[in-house]
Amino acid sequence: MTTTTIKDHATAAAAFIKDEPRTDWHDDTLWFVRQKRDKAAHSLPEWEQLRNWASQIKNHSLSNLDNYLIEFEAKATANGIKVHWAANAEEHNRIIYNIIAANGINKIVKSKSMLTEECHLNPYLQQQGIEVVDTDLGERIVQLRNEPPSHIVLPAIHLKKQDVSETFHEHLHTEKGNNDPQYLTEAARHHLREKFLISNLAITGVNFAVAETGGFVVCTNEGNADMGAHAAKIHIACMGFEKIIPKAEHLGVFLRLLARSATGQPITTYSSHFQKPREGQEMHIVIVDNGRSKQLGRPDFRNSLKCIRCAACFNTCPVYRRSGGHSYHTAVAGPIGSILNPNLDMKANADLPFASTLCGSCSNVCPVKIDIHDQLWKWRQVVVAEGYVATSKKWGMKGMAFVLANPSIYRISGKIGRWVMRTFPFLTNNKTFNPWYKQREMPTPPKQSFTEWYKNNK
Amino acid sequence: MSARNQILSSISKNKPELTELPNIDIQQVISYKDLIEQFTNTLTGIGGMVVQISDEQEIIATIAAERAAGNWVADTLWDTTDAIDKLRFQSAESLALIEKTYIKGTVGVAENGAIWIQEHQMVNRLLPFICQHLAIVLPKEQLVATMHHAYAQIDIAKVGFGAFIAGPSKTADIEQSLVIGAHGARSLVVYLV
Repeated sequence: MTTTTIKDHATAAAAFIKDEPRTDWHDDTLWFVRQKRDKAAHSLPEWEQLRNWASQIKNHSLSNLDNYLIEFEAKATANGIKVHWAANAEEHNRIIYNIIAANGINKIVKSKSMLTEECHLNPYLQQQGIEVVDTDLGERIVQLRNEPPSHIVLPAIHLKKQDVSETFHEHLHTEKGNNDPQYLTEAARHHLREKFLISNLAITGVNFAVAETGGFVVCTNEGNADMGAHAAKIHIACMGFEKIIPKAEHLGVFLRLLARSATGQPITTYSSHFQKPREGQEMHIVIVDNGRSKQLGRPDFRNSLKCIRCAACFNTCPVYRRSGGHSYHTAVAGPIGSILNPNLDMKANADLPFASTLCGSCSNVCPVKIDIHDQLWKWRQVVVAEGYVATSKKWGMKGMAFVLANPSIYRISGKIGRWVMRTFPFLTNNKTFNPWYKQREMPTPPKQSFTEWYKNNK
Repeated sequence: MSARNQILSSISKNKPELTELPNIDIQQVISYKDLIEQFTNTLTGIGGMVVQISDEQEIIATIAAERAAGNWVADTLWDTTDAIDKLRFQSAESLALIEKTYIKGTVGVAENGAIWIQEHQMVNRLLPFICQHLAIVLPKEQLVATMHHAYAQIDIAKVGFGAFIAGPSKTADIEQSLVIGAHGARSLVVYLV
């Protein structure tokens, strides 16, 4: 992992938007995915009913989580799956390393798991001399580039095909300058098939774990989770404990919502239901807390744990689309990341609740009805109360509150402002003194305020 | 305290008041006049192919022709017990050489083109994923409208492994360009019998 000083969201975003055509491309591409989501959602008259059911199932699951986890553990164990518990990222990583080491394995494959990103599993295992190959195409691309994923569903969405071509030329020896996605994907298929065949251990994530059956479901379009898990002697599935749902019939609700919300597909190509290890195989599940039980205890923020990681909130977010996933400097970016990450480390992630216009689009598309934009607003209050905002922002807001609360001062300030804009335009048309001017033209100052106009015209 | 007990006690301390589970009423969801038409349109839209046949002999003849052309075809439906058993224990390296696999499906879902396949139908869990091309044989009376209907018909706890498969393996990870044939099968044909 490259460790550099973490820039806050605004600073990183400023760097991202320097390349205007690329920013526009990023924005348009994600908006196109959002439109596909709309089309898929509108094809079902019961869409809002589905969202209600999903939300109620998740609310219920959170309200009875300990009992469902106990039930899941008992059923999974009876199915021949070994269940492990990890209170934090370090324990999660150590459990996995111990399984790998006990079996004398040094090459493993891993399909997409945001939890393992959150726990920084790859760098940890690499330090122990284990080769970890991410097998989702997008994740493999960013892994070869030594970058983190920038989107939880589309990990390489920040890259153009030319970038991928260069990376593959360097690492997989593809033809220089051949940017054809078909050709590049074919090259990755051959490269990764070799890895699947030689790896004795496969790690996957978990989309849903079913309490009543003790089994779990993993969804992919590429088939990489299945290629890894069925070819390997040992399969380890890692899950945050909020992935639990009570019954098998509830999968019907979630699988109908997940892919439609994520990419506009009616369902992912593969929805694989793991119930028991195959004959001769070892299967493990690692159930992870890592701050989740703390979040569960925050009444204002607990329902962020309902998230099913579809990324619909990313694709619709005007700030995400124009700032890119890396600006969020966390494993899970976007609006949902901005309400999950302050719980993990409030100081390091104090900037994230401010990376939003509070437009509410995220909450509107969320398939499990998380009130994301309300929580963003509430996190701002917490972050300020805990003293984690810059002094300039704090005093700026206090000054603003004072002006807005005093009508006469407000009127005088407006007059002064209009006069300054007319008389000394260079003071406001100035990127140093006026951050608002950075990507915007200043409006022509009006001759009078609305109040003055109203008095003359009523 | 073990991590397990620490996590469980922390959850029990922090969880909200118990809420009710909703009743999932299947009457409230979409229905289709023609399940075959809906299934065919949806699966075709996501890169699969649907062939309606009246007699299984047509598939058997296709398999024979594909084999005559020199391809390794894994037939889990009509092949001899010995041949099928061999697939069960074949290594991943050799399964990777299979050109086409024929598998029987349990339930097809009209709303999304997905077909439920269970472990005993796959014979080997790797088979539907590692082959270059996949063919699924499904009796047309096994089509249902939605995933709710599908889960009402299957019992996921009864099988060691099962999967809904909807179309060929695909990816759009390079600049959102759709490419068919990422890691799994490059094509999917469903025979509705």
